[in-house]
Amino acid sequence: MGATSTFSRAALHLDAAREVERIAEAIRSAVFGTMKRKGAVIGVSGGIDSSVCAALCARALGPERVTGLLMPEADSAPETTDFGALAARSLGIRTVFEDITPILEAAGCYRRRDAAIRDVVPDYTPACKSKIVLPNMLAGDSYRIFSVVVQFPDGTHTRARLTSDSYLGILAATNFKQRVRKMMEYHYADRLQAAVVGTPNRLEYDQGFFVKLGDGAADLKPIAHLYKTQVYQLAEYLGVPDAIRQRPPTTDTYSLSQSQEEFYFSVPFDTLDLCLFGLNHGVAASEVAPTVALTSEQVERIYRDIAAKRKVAEYLHSPPLLVEEIRTPGNVEHAGA
Amino acid sequence: MVLVPEIREFIVANFLFGRAEHALEDDESFLASGIIDSTGVLELIGFLEKQYGITVENAELLPDNLDSVSKVASFVRRKLGD
Repeated sequence: MGATSTFSRAALHLDAAREVERIAEAIRSAVFGTMKRKGAVIGVSGGIDSSVCAALCARALGPERVTGLLMPEADSAPETTDFGALAARSLGIRTVFEDITPILEAAGCYRRRDAAIRDVVPDYTPACKSKIVLPNMLAGDSYRIFSVVVQFPDGTHTRARLTSDSYLGILAATNFKQRVRKMMEYHYADRLQAAVVGTPNRLEYDQGFFVKLGDGAADLKPIAHLYKTQVYQLAEYLGVPDAIRQRPPTTDTYSLSQSQEEFYFSVPFDTLDLCLFGLNHGVAASEVAPTVALTSEQVERIYRDIAAKRKVAEYLHSPPLLVEEIRTPGNVEHAGA
Repeated sequence: MVLVPEIREFIVANFLFGRAEHALEDDESFLASGIIDSTGVLELIGFLEKQYGITVENAELLPDNLDSVSKVASFVRRKLGD
Protein backbone atom coordinates (compact mmCIF):
# COMPACT_ATOMS: atom_id res chain seq x y z
CA MET A 1 0.00 0.00 0.00
CA GLY A 2 1.43 3.37 -0.95
CA ALA A 3 1.16 6.61 0.97
CA THR A 4 -1.33 8.01 -1.53
CA SER A 5 -3.86 5.17 -1.31
CA THR A 6 -7.08 5.47 0.68
CA PHE A 7 -6.60 3.85 4.03
CA SER A 8 -9.52 2.05 5.69
CA ARG A 9 -10.35 -0.75 8.08
CA ALA A 10 -10.66 -3.03 5.04
CA ALA A 11 -6.85 -3.15 5.01
CA LEU A 12 -7.04 -5.82 7.71
CA HIS A 13 -9.69 -7.96 6.07
CA LEU A 14 -8.49 -11.42 5.11
CA ASP A 15 -9.91 -14.47 3.34
CA ALA A 16 -10.47 -16.56 6.47
CA ALA A 17 -10.99 -19.90 4.69
CA ARG A 18 -7.80 -19.52 2.71
CA GLU A 19 -5.78 -18.31 5.67
CA VAL A 20 -6.96 -21.18 7.86
CA GLU A 21 -5.88 -23.72 5.25
CA ARG A 22 -2.51 -21.98 4.81
CA ILE A 23 -1.83 -22.01 8.56
CA ALA A 24 -3.06 -25.59 8.96
CA GLU A 25 -0.62 -26.72 6.29
CA ALA A 26 2.20 -24.83 8.02
CA ILE A 27 1.32 -26.49 11.36
CA ARG A 28 1.28 -29.98 9.78
CA SER A 29 4.58 -29.33 8.09
CA ALA A 30 6.21 -27.98 11.27
CA VAL A 31 4.90 -30.63 13.68
CA PHE A 32 4.97 -33.80 11.59
CA GLY A 33 7.71 -32.77 9.17
CA THR A 34 10.31 -30.44 10.64
CA MET A 35 9.96 -31.38 14.32
CA LYS A 36 8.66 -34.93 13.89
CA ARG A 37 6.37 -34.63 16.89
CA LYS A 38 3.18 -36.58 17.38
CA GLY A 39 0.87 -33.72 18.27
CA ALA A 40 0.54 -30.36 19.97
CA VAL A 41 0.28 -29.08 23.53
CA ILE A 42 -1.29 -25.69 24.13
CA GLY A 43 -2.18 -23.69 27.21
CA VAL A 44 -5.82 -22.71 26.85
CA SER A 45 -6.69 -19.59 28.80
CA GLY A 46 -10.19 -19.13 27.46
CA GLY A 47 -9.00 -16.08 25.51
CA ILE A 48 -9.37 -15.55 21.79
CA ASP A 49 -5.75 -16.25 20.81
CA SER A 50 -5.34 -19.62 22.51
CA SER A 51 -8.83 -20.67 21.38
CA VAL A 52 -7.97 -19.91 17.75
CA CYS A 53 -4.59 -21.64 18.02
CA ALA A 54 -6.24 -24.73 19.52
CA ALA A 55 -8.83 -24.74 16.74
CA LEU A 56 -6.13 -24.42 14.07
CA CYS A 57 -4.15 -27.28 15.61
CA ALA A 58 -7.22 -29.48 15.87
CA ARG A 59 -7.97 -28.84 12.21
CA ALA A 60 -4.37 -29.37 11.13
CA LEU A 61 -3.44 -32.40 13.21
CA GLY A 62 -6.77 -33.89 14.25
CA PRO A 63 -8.35 -33.17 17.65
CA GLU A 64 -7.07 -36.44 19.09
CA ARG A 65 -3.49 -35.16 18.70
CA VAL A 66 -4.07 -31.88 20.57
CA THR A 67 -3.85 -31.48 24.36
CA GLY A 68 -5.14 -28.33 26.04
CA LEU A 69 -3.76 -27.39 29.44
CA LEU A 70 -5.97 -25.49 31.88
CA MET A 71 -3.56 -23.81 34.32
CA PRO A 72 -5.28 -21.41 36.71
CA GLU A 73 -3.59 -19.93 39.78
CA ALA A 74 -4.76 -18.06 42.85
CA ASP A 75 -5.26 -14.75 41.01
CA SER A 76 -6.98 -16.17 37.93
CA ALA A 77 -10.52 -14.99 37.28
CA PRO A 78 -12.93 -17.84 38.15
CA GLU A 79 -14.31 -17.94 34.60
CA THR A 80 -10.87 -18.51 33.03
CA THR A 81 -11.02 -22.28 33.44
CA ASP A 82 -14.64 -22.41 32.31
CA PHE A 83 -13.88 -20.56 29.08
CA GLY A 84 -10.78 -22.66 28.45
CA ALA A 85 -12.80 -25.85 28.97
CA LEU A 86 -15.54 -24.48 26.71
CA ALA A 87 -13.04 -23.87 23.90
CA ALA A 88 -11.57 -27.35 24.29
CA ARG A 89 -14.98 -29.03 24.43
CA SER A 90 -16.12 -27.28 21.27
CA LEU A 91 -13.09 -28.75 19.47
CA GLY A 92 -13.17 -32.22 20.96
CA ILE A 93 -9.59 -31.98 22.24
CA ARG A 94 -8.60 -33.49 25.58
CA THR A 95 -7.78 -31.22 28.49
CA VAL A 96 -5.58 -31.55 31.54
CA PHE A 97 -6.20 -29.43 34.64
CA GLU A 98 -3.11 -28.20 36.50
CA ASP A 99 -3.56 -25.68 39.32
CA ILE A 100 -0.16 -23.97 39.39
CA THR A 101 -0.77 -22.11 42.68
CA PRO A 102 1.34 -24.47 44.84
CA ILE A 103 4.34 -24.13 42.51
CA LEU A 104 4.00 -20.34 42.53
CA GLU A 105 3.72 -20.32 46.33
CA ALA A 106 6.84 -22.46 46.61
CA ALA A 107 8.74 -20.11 44.28
CA GLY A 108 7.68 -17.12 46.37
CA CYS A 109 5.73 -15.50 43.54
CA TYR A 110 3.00 -14.00 45.72
CA ARG A 111 5.29 -13.22 48.67
CA ARG A 112 7.81 -11.38 46.49
CA ARG A 113 5.08 -9.49 44.64
CA ASP A 114 3.38 -8.45 47.90
CA ALA A 115 6.68 -7.19 49.33
CA ALA A 116 7.27 -5.07 46.22
CA ILE A 117 3.77 -3.58 46.43
CA ARG A 118 4.27 -2.76 50.13
CA ASP A 119 7.26 -0.60 49.12
CA VAL A 120 4.79 1.94 47.74
CA VAL A 121 1.57 0.97 49.58
CA PRO A 122 2.66 0.09 53.15
CA ASP A 123 -0.90 -0.88 54.21
CA TYR A 124 -1.09 -3.59 51.55
CA THR A 125 -1.80 -7.09 52.89
CA PRO A 126 -2.25 -10.43 51.09
CA ALA A 127 -6.00 -9.97 51.59
CA CYS A 128 -5.92 -7.00 49.18
CA LYS A 129 -6.36 -7.26 45.42
CA SER A 130 -4.09 -5.40 43.03
CA LYS A 131 -3.08 -4.64 39.47
CA ILE A 132 -0.60 -2.35 37.76
CA VAL A 133 -1.78 0.16 35.18
CA LEU A 134 -0.43 2.64 32.63
CA PRO A 135 -1.93 6.05 31.89
CA ASN A 136 -3.64 6.54 28.53
CA MET A 137 -1.13 7.32 25.80
CA LEU A 138 -3.44 9.71 23.95
CA ALA A 139 -3.84 12.23 26.76
CA GLY A 140 -0.50 13.98 26.22
CA ASP A 141 3.25 13.67 25.95
CA SER A 142 3.72 12.55 29.55
CA TYR A 143 5.95 9.53 30.18
CA ARG A 144 3.79 6.48 30.71
CA ILE A 145 4.76 5.38 34.20
CA PHE A 146 3.18 2.36 35.87
CA SER A 147 1.06 2.77 38.99
CA VAL A 148 -0.24 0.04 41.27
CA VAL A 149 -3.96 0.02 42.10
CA VAL A 150 -4.82 -1.70 45.39
CA GLN A 151 -8.29 -2.70 46.53
CA PHE A 152 -8.54 -3.17 50.30
CA PRO A 153 -10.83 -5.79 51.83
CA ASP A 154 -13.39 -3.07 52.67
CA GLY A 155 -13.67 -2.21 48.96
CA THR A 156 -11.76 1.07 49.07
CA HIS A 157 -9.01 1.69 46.51
CA THR A 158 -5.71 3.49 46.47
CA ARG A 159 -3.32 4.17 43.60
CA ALA A 160 0.42 4.81 43.88
CA ARG A 161 3.10 5.51 41.30
CA LEU A 162 5.70 2.76 41.22
CA THR A 163 9.37 3.25 41.87
CA SER A 164 11.92 1.46 39.76
CA ASP A 165 12.48 -1.14 42.49
CA SER A 166 8.81 -1.81 43.14
CA TYR A 167 7.98 -2.03 39.43
CA LEU A 168 10.77 -4.48 38.71
CA GLY A 169 9.92 -6.44 41.87
CA ILE A 170 6.29 -6.87 40.87
CA LEU A 171 7.19 -7.69 37.27
CA ALA A 172 9.84 -10.26 38.16
CA ALA A 173 7.53 -11.95 40.66
CA THR A 174 4.47 -12.13 38.42
CA ASN A 175 6.58 -13.38 35.49
CA PHE A 176 6.82 -16.65 37.44
CA LYS A 177 3.25 -17.29 36.31
CA GLN A 178 4.02 -17.37 32.59
CA ARG A 179 7.24 -19.30 33.15
CA VAL A 180 5.59 -21.97 35.32
CA ARG A 181 2.88 -22.42 32.73
CA LYS A 182 5.50 -22.88 30.03
CA MET A 183 7.38 -25.37 32.19
CA MET A 184 4.15 -27.36 32.53
CA GLU A 185 3.51 -27.21 28.78
CA TYR A 186 6.95 -28.64 28.07
CA HIS A 187 6.40 -31.34 30.67
CA TYR A 188 3.40 -32.56 28.71
CA ALA A 189 5.21 -32.02 25.41
CA ASP A 190 8.00 -34.32 26.63
CA ARG A 191 5.49 -36.83 27.97
CA LEU A 192 3.49 -36.94 24.74
CA GLN A 193 6.31 -36.27 22.24
CA ALA A 194 4.35 -33.22 21.21
CA ALA A 195 5.22 -29.67 20.11
CA VAL A 196 4.41 -26.65 22.28
CA VAL A 197 2.26 -24.11 20.51
CA GLY A 198 2.71 -20.43 21.38
CA THR A 199 -0.28 -18.15 21.01
CA PRO A 200 0.94 -14.59 20.42
CA ASN A 201 -0.82 -12.48 17.83
CA ARG A 202 1.09 -9.92 15.79
CA LEU A 203 0.59 -7.05 18.26
CA GLU A 204 2.00 -9.12 21.10
CA TYR A 205 4.86 -10.55 19.05
CA ASP A 206 5.88 -7.24 17.50
CA GLN A 207 5.50 -5.15 20.65
CA GLY A 208 7.10 -7.55 23.12
CA PHE A 209 3.96 -8.26 25.11
CA PHE A 210 5.25 -11.55 26.46
CA VAL A 211 7.58 -12.94 29.10
CA LYS A 212 10.94 -14.14 27.85
CA LEU A 213 11.10 -17.91 28.35
CA GLY A 214 7.52 -17.71 29.58
CA ASP A 215 4.69 -17.29 27.12
CA GLY A 216 7.38 -16.12 24.67
CA ALA A 217 8.75 -19.67 24.44
CA ALA A 218 7.25 -22.20 22.04
CA ASP A 219 8.06 -24.59 19.21
CA LEU A 220 5.75 -22.83 16.79
CA LYS A 221 3.63 -19.67 16.84
CA PRO A 222 0.92 -20.09 14.22
CA ILE A 223 -0.83 -16.70 14.53
CA ALA A 224 2.17 -14.44 15.21
CA HIS A 225 1.75 -12.88 11.74
CA LEU A 226 -1.93 -11.97 12.28
CA TYR A 227 -3.23 -8.67 13.59
CA LYS A 228 -5.64 -9.10 16.48
CA THR A 229 -8.57 -8.02 14.31
CA GLN A 230 -7.67 -10.83 11.92
CA VAL A 231 -7.53 -13.34 14.78
CA TYR A 232 -11.17 -12.44 15.49
CA GLN A 233 -12.01 -13.03 11.82
CA LEU A 234 -10.48 -16.51 12.01
CA ALA A 235 -12.28 -17.15 15.31
CA GLU A 236 -15.61 -16.51 13.65
CA TYR A 237 -14.77 -18.71 10.69
CA LEU A 238 -13.49 -21.52 12.95
CA GLY A 239 -16.62 -21.42 15.11
CA VAL A 240 -14.97 -20.37 18.35
CA PRO A 241 -17.86 -20.05 20.83
CA ASP A 242 -19.52 -16.61 20.99
CA ALA A 243 -18.89 -16.32 24.73
CA ILE A 244 -15.14 -16.38 24.05
CA ARG A 245 -15.27 -14.07 21.05
CA GLN A 246 -17.19 -11.48 23.04
CA ARG A 247 -14.86 -11.42 26.07
CA PRO A 248 -12.60 -8.36 26.35
CA PRO A 249 -8.91 -9.37 26.22
CA THR A 250 -7.38 -9.48 29.72
CA THR A 251 -3.96 -10.33 31.10
CA ASP A 252 -5.37 -12.70 33.78
CA THR A 253 -2.18 -12.09 35.76
CA TYR A 254 -3.31 -9.75 38.54
CA SER A 255 -5.99 -10.28 41.18
CA LEU A 256 -7.90 -7.14 40.12
CA SER A 257 -9.39 -7.34 36.64
CA GLN A 258 -6.92 -5.80 34.20
CA SER A 259 -7.34 -5.12 30.51
CA GLN A 260 -4.41 -5.51 28.10
CA GLU A 261 -4.99 -1.85 27.25
CA GLU A 262 -4.24 -0.54 30.73
CA PHE A 263 -1.33 -2.93 31.25
CA TYR A 264 0.53 -2.54 28.02
CA PHE A 265 -1.01 -1.25 24.84
CA SER A 266 -2.74 1.92 26.15
CA VAL A 267 -5.14 2.09 23.19
CA PRO A 268 -7.85 -0.35 22.02
CA PHE A 269 -6.45 -3.24 20.00
CA ASP A 270 -8.43 -2.43 16.87
CA THR A 271 -6.93 1.07 16.86
CA LEU A 272 -3.46 -0.24 17.49
CA ASP A 273 -3.90 -2.87 14.76
CA LEU A 274 -4.61 -0.17 12.20
CA CYS A 275 -1.75 2.03 13.39
CA LEU A 276 0.69 -0.89 13.31
CA PHE A 277 -0.49 -1.82 9.82
CA GLY A 278 -0.15 1.81 8.74
CA LEU A 279 3.35 2.10 10.14
CA ASN A 280 4.39 -1.23 8.59
CA HIS A 281 3.14 -0.13 5.17
CA GLY A 282 4.43 3.43 5.15
CA VAL A 283 1.01 5.04 5.53
CA ALA A 284 1.23 8.60 6.87
CA ALA A 285 -0.24 9.26 10.31
CA SER A 286 -2.52 11.87 8.74
CA GLU A 287 -4.03 9.19 6.51
CA VAL A 288 -4.57 6.68 9.33
CA ALA A 289 -6.03 9.29 11.71
CA PRO A 290 -9.59 9.60 10.27
CA THR A 291 -10.02 5.83 10.18
CA VAL A 292 -9.25 5.46 13.89
CA ALA A 293 -11.00 8.72 14.88
CA LEU A 294 -7.80 10.27 16.26
CA THR A 295 -5.76 13.33 15.37
CA SER A 296 -2.63 13.02 13.25
CA GLU A 297 -0.61 14.03 16.30
CA GLN A 298 -2.13 11.19 18.35
CA VAL A 299 -1.34 8.66 15.62
CA GLU A 300 2.22 10.01 15.46
CA ARG A 301 2.44 9.43 19.21
CA ILE A 302 1.27 5.83 18.72
CA TYR A 303 3.85 5.39 15.94
CA ARG A 304 6.59 6.60 18.32
CA ASP A 305 5.35 4.28 21.07
CA ILE A 306 5.37 1.30 18.68
CA ALA A 307 8.98 2.10 17.78
CA ALA A 308 9.98 2.44 21.43
CA LYS A 309 8.37 -0.90 22.37
CA ARG A 310 10.14 -2.57 19.45
CA LYS A 311 13.47 -1.51 20.94
CA VAL A 312 12.57 -3.15 24.25
CA ALA A 313 11.28 -6.24 22.41
CA GLU A 314 14.66 -6.78 20.74
CA TYR A 315 16.07 -8.21 23.97
CA LEU A 316 12.96 -10.34 24.53
CA HIS A 317 13.28 -11.88 21.06
CA SER A 318 17.03 -12.35 21.24
CA PRO A 319 18.33 -15.93 21.49
CA PRO A 320 21.44 -16.60 23.61
CA LEU A 321 24.39 -14.74 22.11
CA LEU A 322 27.53 -16.70 21.27
CA VAL A 323 31.10 -15.50 21.22
CA GLU A 324 31.75 -17.13 17.87
CA GLU A 325 29.94 -19.14 15.24
CA ILE A 326 29.57 -22.83 16.01
CA ARG A 327 29.54 -24.90 12.87
CA THR A 328 28.37 -28.49 12.79
CA PRO A 329 27.57 -30.47 9.62
CA GLY A 330 24.22 -29.27 8.34
CA ASN A 331 23.78 -26.79 11.16
CA VAL A 332 25.21 -23.32 11.70
CA GLU A 333 24.59 -21.06 14.67
CA HIS A 334 25.72 -17.50 14.20
CA ALA A 335 27.44 -15.52 16.90
CA GLY A 336 25.27 -12.58 17.79
CA ALA A 337 22.26 -14.09 16.01
CA MET B 1 25.66 23.18 42.64
CA VAL B 2 27.30 21.13 39.90
CA LEU B 3 24.08 19.72 38.50
CA VAL B 4 25.14 18.96 34.94
CA PRO B 5 28.23 16.87 35.84
CA GLU B 6 26.34 14.97 38.56
CA ILE B 7 23.43 14.12 36.30
CA ARG B 8 25.76 13.21 33.47
CA GLU B 9 27.72 10.92 35.78
CA PHE B 10 24.51 9.15 36.85
CA ILE B 11 23.37 8.66 33.25
CA VAL B 12 26.77 7.41 32.08
CA ALA B 13 27.20 5.06 35.05
CA ASN B 14 23.67 3.61 34.98
CA PHE B 15 22.67 3.57 31.31
CA LEU B 16 25.92 3.66 29.35
CA PHE B 17 27.73 1.47 31.89
CA GLY B 18 30.66 3.84 31.91
CA ARG B 19 31.60 3.03 28.33
CA ALA B 20 33.52 5.80 26.68
CA GLU B 21 32.48 5.07 23.08
CA HIS B 22 29.23 6.98 23.51
CA ALA B 23 30.04 10.66 23.97
CA LEU B 24 26.90 11.93 25.66
CA GLU B 25 25.92 15.45 24.58
CA ASP B 26 24.14 17.62 27.12
CA ASP B 27 21.23 18.20 24.74
CA GLU B 28 21.02 14.63 23.44
CA SER B 29 17.52 13.14 23.75
CA PHE B 30 17.57 10.07 26.01
CA LEU B 31 14.56 8.53 24.32
CA ALA B 32 15.52 9.28 20.71
CA SER B 33 19.01 7.90 21.19
CA GLY B 34 17.69 4.84 23.06
CA ILE B 35 19.75 5.59 26.17
CA ILE B 36 16.77 5.40 28.51
CA ASP B 37 13.58 3.37 28.16
CA SER B 38 10.46 3.63 30.30
CA THR B 39 12.04 1.66 33.15
CA GLY B 40 15.06 3.94 32.94
CA VAL B 41 12.82 6.95 33.45
CA LEU B 42 11.73 5.39 36.76
CA GLU B 43 15.38 5.01 37.77
CA LEU B 44 16.10 8.61 36.83
CA ILE B 45 13.15 9.86 38.89
CA GLY B 46 14.33 7.81 41.87
CA PHE B 47 17.82 9.29 41.56
CA LEU B 48 16.55 12.88 41.38
CA GLU B 49 14.21 12.48 44.34
CA LYS B 50 16.91 10.93 46.51
CA GLN B 51 19.86 13.02 45.42
CA TYR B 52 18.17 16.42 45.49
CA GLY B 53 15.35 15.85 47.98
CA ILE B 54 12.69 16.85 45.47
CA THR B 55 9.35 15.23 44.65
CA VAL B 56 8.61 14.73 40.98
CA GLU B 57 4.87 15.15 40.52
CA ASN B 58 2.90 13.13 37.95
CA ALA B 59 2.21 16.29 35.96
CA GLU B 60 5.96 16.86 35.69
CA LEU B 61 6.71 13.50 34.03
CA LEU B 62 7.35 15.15 30.68
CA PRO B 63 10.14 14.88 28.12
CA ASP B 64 10.51 18.66 28.43
CA ASN B 65 11.72 18.06 31.99
CA LEU B 66 13.56 14.75 31.77
CA ASP B 67 14.76 13.95 28.25
CA SER B 68 18.36 15.24 28.28
CA VAL B 69 21.09 16.18 30.74
CA SER B 70 20.36 19.88 30.14
CA LYS B 71 16.61 19.49 30.57
CA VAL B 72 17.00 17.47 33.77
CA ALA B 73 19.42 20.04 35.19
CA SER B 74 17.05 22.92 34.38
CA PHE B 75 14.14 21.01 35.88
CA VAL B 76 16.01 20.32 39.13
CA ARG B 77 17.12 23.95 39.30
CA ARG B 78 13.49 25.09 38.98
CA LYS B 79 12.34 22.58 41.60
CA LEU B 80 15.00 23.67 44.06
CA GLY B 81 14.14 27.30 43.46
CA ASP B 82 10.42 26.71 44.04
